[in-house]
Amino acid sequence: MKTYIAQRLGIGFLTLLGMSIVIFGMLRLAPGDIVDILFSTGGYVNPAERAAIEKELGLDRPVWVQYVEWIRQIVTGDLGKSYRYDLPAWEIIRPLIPVTVELAVLSLIVSVVLGVPFGVISAVRQDTGLDYALRVFSLAGLSMPSFWLGMVIILSLVAWFGWIPPVTYVSPRENFLLHCVQFALPSLAVGYRSSALIMRITRSSLLEVMREDYIRTARAKGQSGRVVIWRHALKNAILPVVTVIGIEFAFLIGGLVVTETVFNLPGLARFLVEAILWRDYPIVQNLVMFIAIVVILSNLFVDMLYGFLDPRVRYGH
Amino acid sequence: MATRPLGVEAPGVALALRRPGAWTVLGRFCRKKPLGAIGGFLMLVILLTAVFADQLQTYDPIATDAGQSLARPGADHWLGSDHLGRDIYSRIVHGARVSLIVGLASTLMGSVLGGIIGLLSGYVGGKTDLITQRVMDILQGLPLLVLALVMSAALGPSIPNVVIAISIPIIPRAARVIRASVLSIREMQYVEAARAVGLRHVRIAFRHVLPNTIGPFIVLCTAQLGSAILVEAALSFLGLGVPEPYPSWGRMLSVSAAEYAQKAPWLVLFPGLAISLAVFGSNLLGDALRDTLDPRLRGA
Repeated sequence: MKTYIAQRLGIGFLTLLGMSIVIFGMLRLAPGDIVDILFSTGGYVNPAERAAIEKELGLDRPVWVQYVEWIRQIVTGDLGKSYRYDLPAWEIIRPLIPVTVELAVLSLIVSVVLGVPFGVISAVRQDTGLDYALRVFSLAGLSMPSFWLGMVIILSLVAWFGWIPPVTYVSPRENFLLHCVQFALPSLAVGYRSSALIMRITRSSLLEVMREDYIRTARAKGQSGRVVIWRHALKNAILPVVTVIGIEFAFLIGGLVVTETVFNLPGLARFLVEAILWRDYPIVQNLVMFIAIVVILSNLFVDMLYGFLDPRVRYGH
Repeated sequence: MATRPLGVEAPGVALALRRPGAWTVLGRFCRKKPLGAIGGFLMLVILLTAVFADQLQTYDPIATDAGQSLARPGADHWLGSDHLGRDIYSRIVHGARVSLIVGLASTLMGSVLGGIIGLLSGYVGGKTDLITQRVMDILQGLPLLVLALVMSAALGPSIPNVVIAISIPIIPRAARVIRASVLSIREMQYVEAARAVGLRHVRIAFRHVLPNTIGPFIVLCTAQLGSAILVEAALSFLGLGVPEPYPSWGRMLSVSAAEYAQKAPWLVLFPGLAISLAVFGSNLLGDALRDTLDPRLRGA
């Protein structure tokens, strides 16, 4: 088990290293940098002034020096300085983390709470009208852009209840109830979309398990259908579902990028978009790296979880 | 052409005679997969809309008309007009063209590139395979939208750049699917036979292995088409996708629309419905095709 974790961490580390090169390279492809943007509003550009700013931001050095410098900073935990705000990147990023984490966790809960029971019902009532309805419902969720769904939710609240959700972020200390409502809407929009995949996997995995002999035995012993499905079948069917929840997490972060913008929530994802538009290299680099680390760790965590959920899975052989 | 000794022609002809006609196959597909047929119909409608956009439009999709700003849906403007007085219906009709071109082009580009990488990786095996898979891991380690976002920001907004930005995240997904199917095909007897006859590897890989991956490939393309359209919409919504003056569904939803949304909900409603229907259609079709063409993935 220990060697397995070490191995996985090693591979994860190499992946991150490769990813850092990809991210760094991509951002350097960009036509124009922050200096251009800063000067584009000024009209006349004094070359000496320009050079001074480039030097201050470290953009005058060779690309590979900038890369090595960046890696050195990451390793020592220093996330560099935001060009745009002239503040340490970490200071800007830190308050944004709880917002995104809260949103991601809530969305994940919504997607599991919707996806697993619907998947079970759909499997139990296979090929009935209910099954078709639930499958179309989940596929519709997969087809709607979550940011559009968010806009439609806001619009219908306004149209039907005459109530406009708060346009700026409400912290839980300020007004806990309003905060919950504010976060419930985007979580519903993102979670509904993510529930589709979970529902499909639950359905197909449960259908497979229900054909097995031990289920027939349990039924033959006279156990009620509900117990057989929820206690016996689902226990074995849940493994692939857990994998998908792990994959879903990465997918979900992608969904948050636009949703945070629509709902005007000050999270990492919305900030990433702003930083990209401003070509604020340190922020973009570090945020994308951060997302990559989260994705890799969540995949590792899911694989570890197998060992607990399924005693047949053992690592390190 | 001395190297076509296995009688490939003869059984092919015999098979063609016995094979049911295209209409029979289509009819059977519609009966067995009604949802898939609906999806196919939706895609056909959108394809025809894109092709005949110029004939279907009621106004010039780019022309502004200050007097018609935020007109309600009605006889004049079927789906209303936006703050610049542009007709929403005509813009949606033309948006089908942009969405479909970007969606299809990026899906094809990503799937073909990824497919070739997967084919070589799976066929050659060994260290090549290992290294390729690690590189694909790197590309797949980021959410699709985040990677596309950074790419399109780096390349700048233009239609070809958006296509590139969306196709890159598709590459590793395609490579994985094709590699998996190559790995099983590679071990089949007819491939061994081809090798025994002395065919060169490149020929075996491209002429004998590749054609048999067409099932998973089609399934992959339909599945990716939906997400490519969604990513294009999201990028355009954020202002990093298809630039003006092309009418794009995603950009029709962007900031300006959100500003007027309460006064004119049709600005938000209809472009979003168009996106959803297009993606819904390709998802339905993709699911049905997967069940039909790729029995191993059935029900997954």
